Amino acid sequence: MKRFRSSANGQPGWLFPFVIAAIMVLSVLPLGRLAATGIVSAFSGGGRGVLTDPGLWQPVYNTVATSFFGMIAAVLLGGGFALLLTLFDIRHKRLLGFLFMLPTMIPPQVTALSWISMMGPSSTVLKAIGMAPPLGSPQPLYSISGIAFLFGVQNAALVFLSLRAGLLALPRDAVEAARLAGASSFQVLKDIILPLSLPGFAAGAAIAFVSCVGNFGIPAILGIPASIYTLPTLIYAKFAAFDAGTFADISVLSALIGILSVLGLLVESRVLRGRDYRVIGLSGQIAVFRLGRWRVCAEVLLWLTIIVILVLPLTALVASSLAPAYGVPLTPASATLHAYQEILFRQAVTQTAFVNSIGLSMTTAIGLLLVSVLMGYFLVRGGSRYAGLISALADIPYALPGVVLAVAFILLFAAPLPVVGISIYGTIWIILLAYLSSFLAVSLKPVTSAFRQVDSSLEEAARLAGAGFFRRMTDIMVPLVAPAAGASVILVFLIACNELTVSALLWSAGTQTLGVAIYNLDDSGSFNLASALSVLVVIMVIAMMLLLEAMAKRLPKGVVPWHS
Amino acid sequence: MAQLSLDRMSKSFAATDRAAVDGVSLTVREGGFLALLGPSGCGKTTVLRMIAGFEQPTGGAIRLGSRVLADGDVSVAPEHRNMAMVFQSYALWPHMSVADNVGYPLKVRKIATEERRRRVASALSAVRLEPYAGRRPADLSGGQRQRVALARCLVTDPDVVLLDEPLANLDRHLRQEMEETFREFHQRSGATMVYVTHDQAEAMALATDVAVMSEGKVLQLATPQEIYARPEGRQVGMLIGQGSVIKLPSPAGDTRALTEDMMGTLLRTMGEEPVADVLVRPQDVEIADGGVAARVISALFEGERYAVKLSLPDGQMLRAFSRLPVRIGETVPVLVRAGWRL
Repeated sequence: MKRFRSSANGQPGWLFPFVIAAIMVLSVLPLGRLAATGIVSAFSGGGRGVLTDPGLWQPVYNTVATSFFGMIAAVLLGGGFALLLTLFDIRHKRLLGFLFMLPTMIPPQVTALSWISMMGPSSTVLKAIGMAPPLGSPQPLYSISGIAFLFGVQNAALVFLSLRAGLLALPRDAVEAARLAGASSFQVLKDIILPLSLPGFAAGAAIAFVSCVGNFGIPAILGIPASIYTLPTLIYAKFAAFDAGTFADISVLSALIGILSVLGLLVESRVLRGRDYRVIGLSGQIAVFRLGRWRVCAEVLLWLTIIVILVLPLTALVASSLAPAYGVPLTPASATLHAYQEILFRQAVTQTAFVNSIGLSMTTAIGLLLVSVLMGYFLVRGGSRYAGLISALADIPYALPGVVLAVAFILLFAAPLPVVGISIYGTIWIILLAYLSSFLAVSLKPVTSAFRQVDSSLEEAARLAGAGFFRRMTDIMVPLVAPAAGASVILVFLIACNELTVSALLWSAGTQTLGVAIYNLDDSGSFNLASALSVLVVIMVIAMMLLLEAMAKRLPKGVVPWHS
Repeated sequence: MAQLSLDRMSKSFAATDRAAVDGVSLTVREGGFLALLGPSGCGKTTVLRMIAGFEQPTGGAIRLGSRVLADGDVSVAPEHRNMAMVFQSYALWPHMSVADNVGYPLKVRKIATEERRRRVASALSAVRLEPYAGRRPADLSGGQRQRVALARCLVTDPDVVLLDEPLANLDRHLRQEMEETFREFHQRSGATMVYVTHDQAEAMALATDVAVMSEGKVLQLATPQEIYARPEGRQVGMLIGQGSVIKLPSPAGDTRALTEDMMGTLLRTMGEEPVADVLVRPQDVEIADGGVAARVISALFEGERYAVKLSLPDGQMLRAFSRLPVRIGETVPVLVRAGWRL
């Protein structure tokens, strides 16, 4: 007689199989398929064509060069911001931090579009102030350095967050001890704080590099017109010119992206090797240094940076969206909402894109909520020895560049599904599955950390009260993790709505997303329509970030990315 | 309600080889109040969690009356054991009001709303928290939270109430008040109670039976009076009360309760073989003429008396109380009125 065999931890028998099935579909199968194709084509020589093609090494060089200089720019921008905002007595820190985060949350193709509208001969803003370069002069951003610079702007917040988290963890007593030892503020900064914040710098730089390597939106908009290809845009181009060898080629190319990403991370761990910087002592509010009369200078510098990287490009974007046609000077008389009417009420393509993106993002967010509540519960309470492995597997798809993940799903679902014989390739379902896979980590992390905060006795008390598994989940556990779960829904929705890379490879007629629609509008020369759509997307991003900001107090630490 | 019995119950965790609980057999009579007393890490909480059903014994059985709760094959889930527990952390659900917390076990048992309201009100009045029914746990003090947790136990008439160091997070003043509440609760409900604590005073004051545990084993199970007067073995002797255990020559005839005369003889023949452990309570040690000479090591003024540490001629340490001040380093004559051979 073996009744209630699993009763000691009180979890139903289907929980473990459910978690395993979810992790198989969302992580193991697509990644395994990609690895298998890559290995097979490497051994069978299928990929030799692409590897020996001299046309390949230029994109590899472009990828490395743009990513490296993009990383440098991100470190300078983000590092400077983090140091100034965290260590010194700057006013309006939270507002500055929030504004500095925005470029990262805005989709990269929108960033690229807004910078294009700001610079170059047909810039509406420059025209309005009479400083536009003469017509026919080249757009300065259509270059390696232009791409690298925008990579820096886009990813600066990653360095900012990483460094800031490290700085906030610095023990206050380490600074105070140095002070008592007779060190001046400057010496403390140079000898204590900067060395101790090296891991944050290195980690932020590595994340920024990896993110640049996988970035598709910026090189697609800035590079393709000038025939500057990076690996992600090369995959896109190969895919557009589909032929028999495409699958083998793109699996090799995505392997190259994977290798570059891993190299970036290896360099980071090498930088940190032999340095054990685990801080000992009370970490808490770090001592804030007084800038005195330099404070105003620092504040002006910070606000100028915000104006240059955020306000001006967005103003230019808005201006372009209000201009009657590309290149026409914008005056109060010529401003028109025509572009907005067009994308919202007339163009079927953008309307479909709205429906698709919002539908996909909602389904992804809600679907992932269900998966992450069960998976998070299992990881925290299951006591399973596989918990570490499962959470690592859940993290990988998010860490991988979107192009690589998209290629994995293409390879997995190019053929009809076994048994049922239906192909989901080319339908919206493949995008949905790829989104579920890609954003699982985004949704799982807040929920898991919320579960960790719930004392296990709360659930045990409910068990003794007589509540079974579903009863406990609905009455006790879910209400307790609800704020984090809500935040995870908004975060996933926010990221999925702005996503371009995955859907750029997976869309087909009728399944385009907002990201794809913006890219296609720009590609076909409807710059003002692309700008108008981008403006709407930016408004949506800001609205959702403000919503999260409002919720931040009720959430566990680390759920809202820009709060630490 | 019925008698709760543990039969050679063991538990070892996969992570460590050591058995956390090693063949514990216990019987708590119906309506009894058993205290599991021992230092931290002795396995008392694991025993409690196995009774609740949160851990499965790796060996042995747990029965409630004729019903098997757990043995090698069967394990009744905690939700079906009809037990209630007061957790050290109180485990109140922060998103529910006090009344909802208390009423939750009834809600799960699908008791009608009207009946539920009545029983919640009566449970809250038993712990004198009626005015707080609508509050959130976060708005209550530690002692009030503890009483909510207690009311949540009261409400379902459980067969067994388990208490896991319920007073550990409270200050001394509140502890006394809560001890009174627990005693009252036990009398009123008549439930079988198992109480885990590392505080011997708490165990003595509350329980009808005390089980002293160490390293996963039960060393002695008896009434508080019995444990105090006749402890079994050196460990129990050292754990209960503030007595000193000293090595003296074995008394003749294996007598256990030693009189003043016998103690005097033993103290004078100190050093002779074979030796036995003898427990001496400080209140049985008197500084008076005619005794053995002992040197004062320390003397602490405690208000009503001095707590004195003495060193016997062979260096063994003896605790005593003295109403008169003594000087450190001074040699005083010591009479021992009684002793207990362990």
